[in-house]
Amino acid sequence: MPTDPVILDFTLRQGGFSLELHQRIEARTVALYGPSGAGKTTTLDAIAGLRRPASGEIRVGPHMLFSSDMGVDLPVHTRRVGYVPQDVALFPHLNVQRNIMYGTGRRDENSSTTVLELLEIGGLLSRRIDGLSGGERQRVALARALMSAPELLLLDEPMAALDLGLRDRILPYLERVRDEIGTRMIYVSHIKGEVRRIADWVVVLDGGCVVRSGPPNNALPGT
Amino acid sequence: MMESELVRVTAFTLMMAAIATLVMLPPGVALAWLLARRRFLGRGILETLVSLPLVIPPVATGLILLKVLGRRGPLGSLLEHTGVDIVFTWKAVVLAMAVMGLPLLVRSARAGFEQVDPRYEQIAATLGAGPCRVFLTISLPLAGRGLLAGVLLGFSRALGEFGATIMIAGALPGTRTLSVAIYRNAEIGQDAAAMTLLVAAVTIGFAAVSLSNRLGATT
Repeated sequence: MPTDPVILDFTLRQGGFSLELHQRIEARTVALYGPSGAGKTTTLDAIAGLRRPASGEIRVGPHMLFSSDMGVDLPVHTRRVGYVPQDVALFPHLNVQRNIMYGTGRRDENSSTTVLELLEIGGLLSRRIDGLSGGERQRVALARALMSAPELLLLDEPMAALDLGLRDRILPYLERVRDEIGTRMIYVSHIKGEVRRIADWVVVLDGGCVVRSGPPNNALPGT
Repeated sequence: MMESELVRVTAFTLMMAAIATLVMLPPGVALAWLLARRRFLGRGILETLVSLPLVIPPVATGLILLKVLGRRGPLGSLLEHTGVDIVFTWKAVVLAMAVMGLPLLVRSARAGFEQVDPRYEQIAATLGAGPCRVFLTISLPLAGRGLLAGVLLGFSRALGEFGATIMIAGALPGTRTLSVAIYRNAEIGQDAAAMTLLVAAVTIGFAAVSLSNRLGATT
């Protein structure tokens, strides 16, 4: 099924760092791959509206999020972009249920139930955030982002803080989100194995520039 | 001193301090959030203005208020046309308390807001929450302890207010707070009555500051 492209065509400057992207992406699951400081998180922040590019355009399908030429810069809360940051940032004063329901205004009851079942977190709803394990926190953060019915899901190294065993248990949940909910994703990682399993397109970044892009088998270094 | 006088003055002071705290709360929270979260032209001047009542003599603050709100003052003459009289009424007591308590409330609430990780506010926005909802559901509850400590500090300061109060509200029977009553009794040689009022003032102040410190320590 053809997909409206995601256009990431912008320049962003932050202190001495400069990020330059000129990508037209048609794939549904994209990985941003590269070393620390390559500009992966900055890219996600720009898409979410948390950092403002100096110039260019960011578009998700038909929705223009930012365009310096057209004078468009949508506020963060209207971008319909779900974001799971590296530290997951679950709201510490709300329990699991209230965290998950925070952005549910846009999703109907049936699809909300699907998200809870898919991520197997129905039994955690009354728990406090500080009582969750690392894997549970990741699933709750993922559910919270999905509940806001995003058009694009941004995942910033969602498993960076987890040990290898836990990563292997969480990856299938991400695959289920990709295959069963079908939400478009941009997934940041510096682990090749994860990228191969999750993404059907890879953008390799280094020093704020795109080094390569393409299907994982072609774009990932050493393949 | 009659026991009823002690009760009346203490109750009046507590009530005036409570109203003053309610009055200073909305501008105090707004200022604290602005100073903690926004960078804008004139921020330094605003910061200094907010803290000014802490460093200039309270009597000077009272004189400024008197000049502004007196019948010949710019605001006072306007209010007189609408039939509102502030100077030398209980409203002047509230105003003096609020102005003197505001800097402490702002300082503590600001520290509370500064301790809230901006990441929570950003993520809430990505979930579709507008600035108002983010403030009410994320920033405010997470800064709650700092804010509560600020409210108690502002309330404590209001309880002990003297200099600005005596300038703008005088020492009339209807505007006499604990501090003013202590001063009046000491001035006319009623030392026993002054001591009784002193014990009441110290007890209330001690309780309020202790509570504020406990909240501040866990912020």
